[in-house]
Amino acid sequence: MFGAGGGTSSYLEAEEADVIVLWGSNAREAHPIYFHHVLRGLRNGAKFYVVDPRRTTSAQWADLWLGLDVGSDICLANAIGREIIHAGLVNHEFVSRATANFDAYVEAVEPYTLERAERETLVPAQAISELAHAYAQADRAQLCWTLGITEHHNATDNVFALINLALLTGHVGRWGSGLVPLRGQNNVQGGGDMGALPNKLPGFQDVVTNLDARERFERTWGVPIPAQAGWHLSLMFEAMERKELTTAYILGENPLRSEADTDRAERLLGGLEHLVVQDIFLTDTARLAEVVLPGTASWCEAEGTVTSSERRVQRVRRALEPPEGARDDIEIICELARRLGTDWGHPTAQEVWDELRSLSPIHAGMSYPRLEQLGGLQWPCRDESDPGSPFLHGRLWEEDPELRGPAAPFTPVVAEGPLDSLNEEYPIRLTTGRRLDSFNTGVQSSHYQTPIRRPEALNLSPEDMARLGLQDGDLVRVASRRGSVRAPVQTDAGLRPGLAFMTLHFPEQVATNRLTLDAWDPLSGTAEFKATAIRVEPVSPAPPLDALQPVRSTS
Amino acid sequence: MNGHRVALAAPRRLLTLTIDGREVKVPEGSTLLQACRQVGIDTPTLCYLENLTPVNVCRVCVVELEGSRTLVPACSRKAENGMVVSSDSERVRASRKLVLEFLASSVDLSLCAPEVSAWMSRYGADPARFGSPEPGNVDRDRTRPGEHSPVSQDGAATVAQPPKLDNDTYVRDYSRCILCYKCVEACGSDAQNTFAIAVAGRGFEARISTEFDVGLPDSACVYCGNCIGVCPTGALMFKSEFEMRQAGTWAPERQSVTTTICPYCGVGCNLELHVQDNSIVKVTSPLDHDVTLGHLCVKGRFGYRFVQSRE
Repeated sequence: MFGAGGGTSSYLEAEEADVIVLWGSNAREAHPIYFHHVLRGLRNGAKFYVVDPRRTTSAQWADLWLGLDVGSDICLANAIGREIIHAGLVNHEFVSRATANFDAYVEAVEPYTLERAERETLVPAQAISELAHAYAQADRAQLCWTLGITEHHNATDNVFALINLALLTGHVGRWGSGLVPLRGQNNVQGGGDMGALPNKLPGFQDVVTNLDARERFERTWGVPIPAQAGWHLSLMFEAMERKELTTAYILGENPLRSEADTDRAERLLGGLEHLVVQDIFLTDTARLAEVVLPGTASWCEAEGTVTSSERRVQRVRRALEPPEGARDDIEIICELARRLGTDWGHPTAQEVWDELRSLSPIHAGMSYPRLEQLGGLQWPCRDESDPGSPFLHGRLWEEDPELRGPAAPFTPVVAEGPLDSLNEEYPIRLTTGRRLDSFNTGVQSSHYQTPIRRPEALNLSPEDMARLGLQDGDLVRVASRRGSVRAPVQTDAGLRPGLAFMTLHFPEQVATNRLTLDAWDPLSGTAEFKATAIRVEPVSPAPPLDALQPVRSTS
Repeated sequence: MNGHRVALAAPRRLLTLTIDGREVKVPEGSTLLQACRQVGIDTPTLCYLENLTPVNVCRVCVVELEGSRTLVPACSRKAENGMVVSSDSERVRASRKLVLEFLASSVDLSLCAPEVSAWMSRYGADPARFGSPEPGNVDRDRTRPGEHSPVSQDGAATVAQPPKLDNDTYVRDYSRCILCYKCVEACGSDAQNTFAIAVAGRGFEARISTEFDVGLPDSACVYCGNCIGVCPTGALMFKSEFEMRQAGTWAPERQSVTTTICPYCGVGCNLELHVQDNSIVKVTSPLDHDVTLGHLCVKGRFGYRFVQSRE
């Protein structure tokens, strides 16, 4: 946000907030230990609002659940902004001192009346107004989100719509007030921080505009760095389509199963001239590869660091001997470099980290001994006397314009529904998410078993189940404009008529991503996993009753 | 101000009190237990844990407070200016001895931390004086909570019963349960807020129970294992540990503990991997790390097995 790609708050702030808004996130199941902090906040008296199309287990804790229609987030956020403005609840002192582009924002949200928002989002006007007033009037408010905001074709606009609300009310840059994007994987934050983004060098230094940084990296590495942004994953897939990208080296990812529109992913990955996959398992993607490099599990068979959703860099450590033949990721990469003609030696994880610290100013103060002693440090941490940064952008509150620095701009955004539109042929909206004991495509979570594990099922509202004449466990064919799958159905009273839900956890049983649309957000490259138009057809005759038995027994 | 945590709480005064004749200064809001520990007085506790709200049930931490008719639990009694406290008086010693004797005569304490047997010798606890332990009741949990069985005349009544093995993650062996409530607190408002278990029944018939005493797989349990993380007696145990103990292969002296970060979502929970013979046998989290406070979810606690898969 405002130049740094990380959440502005610490988890502990949720415990001391007056209002917590969870938007497009089922943290109770997807980020359970963050939700413990939220629960402590609730016990300390915080008001809790959950914005989600499903009445999730998180929403069950809310003072108010705003069950918006899938993809109507911007309409809702703009209406909240308009209500705050019309009710005279704007934090004018903050807005005039620390932000820019306020007038354009006011103009942009003016059409989003409560009545229009109720019509388009299906959230009662009264509820929208209540959230707007509570958020604006809170002393300290946390606005948190997850993939319900970012897995849309207009993901970046969705995020801007939320940032605008924080700017309007001054809920950023203070202890207790902030913006909290919860990361889905243990080092998504760290990957971006370390420069695994097409346009950034490590430490969010722009590869195109930050000449100083580029020069520093060129000097240290002794190679020229291309002064243009590269491709993100969605652009890479398009380049594969054009046969411009013919070779891929994939580390620790299973895109064949995790990408939207599986049929297309299979065709493109299968059509590469040369595919190298480095992973701890022979994943479905690895099965397509010419070369598979067996890696080690970075969290327990290797040394290193990962970075969490509160920008906290923490050490991962080697607890187990890796299986025979598996090699540390750093070792594999250096060996590849050597065979390509560059000798990087045999650096340890700590040596790689210390080089990073010399190049990324926001990590400079994070030595291994300090990370060890302090249980991790939150960036920016600029030198070894810097305690790290529990929250970001405190500068926006400085009286002195010099210390305050550049203004944070409002970014007006326009509501736009999902691309995969509903019609008579595809009348039901399918959205996706996680369940408590499972994770992504199941590569990790399929190896243990609990009594709460359920195989994949298309969840439908009780009304739709009745309308289609279905019973729990009945088998249906689920079709989208891309493809179709067969799945058992299950009633979920947390869904409204016309809304369906599935996970991606059991691709061997139900390949949910055969249905999803790979339309992606132009800035982030994230695909629209959350909004697929489907049709549900009962399959006759009735399937065997064991369709709902656990899919995998443990060995 | 960027980067520095703002103190929201009011500054705290220092209070002065006397413990065992010594003057002790502690910040307002401290407990007598914290005051005792601050001056190095070893005070036994069973139901107390830093990351839980004290429930004052085990009574093994009691101290004598001048002016108080009854002994007071050190774990929850707040220090006040001018208090005069004895942590080792005759009354305190007798009370701690009796509590430990009652527990040790009726419950299998063999897997408790070694401090427990040290306290037993310090206070001269002799559980055998109640007679030899009775075999217990295989159907103990079948009796309706509130129903009392006749008191035994010859032996010491026990809570002995077979362990409950009803899922793939953890085992409940209530013959080791001292009813300290820690699991109930961790499952409830202190951490997980799932409320799958509570204490049912009264007196010697009291036990930890799911709602309507259903089996764990039919209960509200979400298998976070935070109850195992706080259990002081081994009544709640990883299935891996249970099976290794049964097979006689559990060997703490061959185990190492390595702290790392959970491989699942982006919250960044600290995991302590307990490893024996290159296998993870148990997962805990440090009580003093402010991300987890020692608590994990089902994936962090039990989701490690993929790394040991050799398929």
